[in-house]
Amino acid sequence: MSDFSFLQLTPLVPEIFLALSGLALLVLGVFNGDKSSKQIAWLVMIAFAVAGALLLQNGWERADVLGGMFVMDQFAGILKLMLLLGLIVSVALSVKYLDDEKMARFEYPLLILFSGLGMMLMVSAHDLLSLYMGLELMSLASYVLASIRRDDVRSSEAGLKYFILGSIASGMLLFGASLIYGYTGSTNFTVIGDTLQEANSVGAMIGMVFILSALAFKVSAVPFHMWTPDVYEGAPTSVTAFFAMVPKVAALGLLIRLLFEAFPTVSAQWMQIIWILSALSMAVGGFAALRQENIKRLLAYSSIGNMGFALVGLAAGSAEGIASVIVYLAIYMVMTAGTFGIVMNMRRNGHALEKISDLSGLSRNAPLMAYALAILMFSMSGIPPLAGFFGKFMVFRAAVDSGLYGLAVFGVLTSVVSAYYYIRIIKIMFFDEPVEKFEGGVSCVRNVIVAASVIFLLFFIFRPSPIVEISRDAVSVFFHAG
Amino acid sequence: MLSHILSLQIFLPLLGVLAILVWPKLSDGGAKWIALGVSTLVFIVSCLMMVNYQSGNAGFQFVEKATWFPALDLTYHLGVDGISVYFVLLSTFLTPICIISAWHAIEKRAKEFMIAFLVLEMFMVGTFCALDAVLFYVFFEGVLMPMFLIIGVWGGKNRIYASFKFFLYTLLGSVLMLVALLALYFYTGTTDITEMANNDLTRNVQIWLWLAFFASFAVKMPMWPVHTWLPDAHVEAPTAGSVILAGVLLKMGGYGFLRFSLPILPEASAYFTDMVFVLSIIAIIYTALVALVQEDMKKLIAYSSVSHMGFVTLGIFTGTQQGVDGAMFQMLSHGIISAALFLCVGVVYDRLHTREISRYGGLVKNMPKYATVFMVLMLGSVGLPGTSGFVGEFITLLGTFQMNTIAAVFATTGVVFGAAYMLVLYRKVIFGEQKNVDAAAMPDLTRTEFAILAPLVLMVILFGVAPNLIMKNISPPVAALLANYQKESSKVETMASAGGQTNGAVKSEAGHE
Repeated sequence: MSDFSFLQLTPLVPEIFLALSGLALLVLGVFNGDKSSKQIAWLVMIAFAVAGALLLQNGWERADVLGGMFVMDQFAGILKLMLLLGLIVSVALSVKYLDDEKMARFEYPLLILFSGLGMMLMVSAHDLLSLYMGLELMSLASYVLASIRRDDVRSSEAGLKYFILGSIASGMLLFGASLIYGYTGSTNFTVIGDTLQEANSVGAMIGMVFILSALAFKVSAVPFHMWTPDVYEGAPTSVTAFFAMVPKVAALGLLIRLLFEAFPTVSAQWMQIIWILSALSMAVGGFAALRQENIKRLLAYSSIGNMGFALVGLAAGSAEGIASVIVYLAIYMVMTAGTFGIVMNMRRNGHALEKISDLSGLSRNAPLMAYALAILMFSMSGIPPLAGFFGKFMVFRAAVDSGLYGLAVFGVLTSVVSAYYYIRIIKIMFFDEPVEKFEGGVSCVRNVIVAASVIFLLFFIFRPSPIVEISRDAVSVFFHAG
Repeated sequence: MLSHILSLQIFLPLLGVLAILVWPKLSDGGAKWIALGVSTLVFIVSCLMMVNYQSGNAGFQFVEKATWFPALDLTYHLGVDGISVYFVLLSTFLTPICIISAWHAIEKRAKEFMIAFLVLEMFMVGTFCALDAVLFYVFFEGVLMPMFLIIGVWGGKNRIYASFKFFLYTLLGSVLMLVALLALYFYTGTTDITEMANNDLTRNVQIWLWLAFFASFAVKMPMWPVHTWLPDAHVEAPTAGSVILAGVLLKMGGYGFLRFSLPILPEASAYFTDMVFVLSIIAIIYTALVALVQEDMKKLIAYSSVSHMGFVTLGIFTGTQQGVDGAMFQMLSHGIISAALFLCVGVVYDRLHTREISRYGGLVKNMPKYATVFMVLMLGSVGLPGTSGFVGEFITLLGTFQMNTIAAVFATTGVVFGAAYMLVLYRKVIFGEQKNVDAAAMPDLTRTEFAILAPLVLMVILFGVAPNLIMKNISPPVAALLANYQKESSKVETMASAGGQTNGAVKSEAGHE
């Protein structure tokens, strides 16, 4: 590495911009107090948008930054774009909700911004140290977000639980990283990969398993999912929406880069691990959600299941497989955004509602909302012609192409199990007798997001190709060299 | 227009949905008229298609092919041949009839009902037109959504249980088919149904794939023992839902066997023939006996559907020209007869709001027109010569007899039981004494009811005396299908006689035209 490459910061301009604007907005927030929270939320969204524009302006060809600590390539580019979109949507969803819940604080959007910054670093990380840095920046901001409702027991509990379990995961990650460093002599992904190619070592394998476990914790794959239902239920809904949508994309992106750049030669080993994580997640996501009465808890299990489906693509270990993961995640983000948009609309007498039974007879009280949620739920259960079907189609196609028939059959069967609880929501909305109408809490921005996601799900079938082609381009970076 | 006539039939209903959605302040009545107008228009287009259909041509007609999902090589490929064209026609014909039958029966949320029905029509027609396997799957599975809502929202007392059972049962079968489709895609490199037959799958692979397809089609059909969702769904669904369920949705299973199992997996189909025979015979006899003791009219007809579908699977897997011809005919004839029978049940249900057989009796006195219509349909269901039911059952049995005498003997006893339960039903409902005052006071068929039943009754007789009207178009593609099938499946026999050591190593070189 020449000294020159240290100065080559252009590929990280979006991140640098985000960091600086975060600091500036923090100052603004401190001066103006909580009354400026709405203003700051919008400014944060603008900052994300500008970062996105900067990202698009930069070329996405492969570039090492800071001596190989970070890389920029098409894979990172497309994931960052997805992350930024998800971040904008989660801030946009939160504005009115926080207002209604009287917990509008200027820190909230800023924490999302810093968390987002961590995620963007994660998908660019090319070194175990930068990986840890990005991950911790994201996680610490998330812990605070989970407990942002300080006077609420459940929220505090969620934050604490998330923090403690997250710390254990971080510990495992560090332990694994130290093992790998010890056995390969480097923290750089490429160097680790090259060393392992020459001589595989058991110590490095153990290290890899530790790191995989830590990352499985972040994507809430079974058996590292325990925190998810509690945190999802306890955290304010807007935070839950954020958790469900964005960090998982970053963690999966990081996982993919790590596995394909540092551990490509031992793919046979990690594919087994991913296989098990995936199968368990699909099973738990399917069965545990059956009897949930709280919609946030249900969505927590649903997100566990969805991560299981996404991991099917990764277990395939092929270029098609990772491309399908990206497609799956993109569609999943859209569905989650829409679903949480509707969950946040569930208010009565100034209180947010979380019981599934509160949706009873929604089709008569608010037909549009009911139809939107019905389409979202059908899509989640993977019924064609909605977009959710194509996500599942892609990952299972990759699995079948790689000969993973067992996983594919297991996956489709659990998708039938999970279809049960998705259509149960539809049943409650359409077949049951109506309860009181929801009132208040209607937000234009939120409805626009819900409408946009429903339109995407409905019309995806007419132009499905572009997103697949983009994902293929993105993952080609891992398969050119090898 | 002819070049896009299939797309037109698929997407016209969608236009109706849009109209109902965006029309400001549309009343329920308005929605009904829009739905009726649009579905009638679709039916007219279907008739146009039929007029322009070249009979005697075994290949696909009105073919449309456009890029749809280039990244995965999926195409928007449509086309109909003699096997599918009548199903399209049946779907577009029954939809307006259902909409009329629901005119007064559906009181609440009529607008949504009409939307669901039009969406359903789109998926049904699409299923029968699609020549790309994934496109087929999209339509095939899409049917679940509107049907789930139709049963669940407008159904009877136990509708929630029935709708869940229907949805999950069919979904479970279908997802296995999805995996099989993906595997076929992987092995053949194409999703084009017409090209998929050009495969050189080993027998082991064929067997697994066949089982996965079977899971889906057997549930849809439905075959014994996975038929249990059907009686529930039929009983709880509103009349229009039952009509479309019996008339069209059940046919998707048989259609799937003819489109996928036989041409694409011929060796496995031949391999499993005996199993299908056994299941079909159990279905024919067992469900006929079950039908005999039913006290609910709809349930009785639902079980009779399972029994009749037993003939269809029997015929399809004989792999003989008569057998498959007969199965096709039986499906179409059952589509008309059972649809009409459910409409008949709907007629009395609308008046008395019960489907219990014992609540009725002696209807011939106060409802002579109804008694006549019911009689023709009942005889059609029994399979009396001169009705379409006879033709289907007779040719099927003829084909079966060539293949397997014992199966034919058992299946024929099923016909006797079929006569028994239908005649018992007819006697109890139409003849006998008038036990209940309210049943005795029911008015005869209204003009609308007569108008929707009359064409169905006429068709039952027409196709009974002139089966060749349909048969001339069905036979050529069936012959082409079987020519390929027999060439492939004969390998199973030669292999069996050679001791079967070459298991899994046999490659097929035969092409499909």
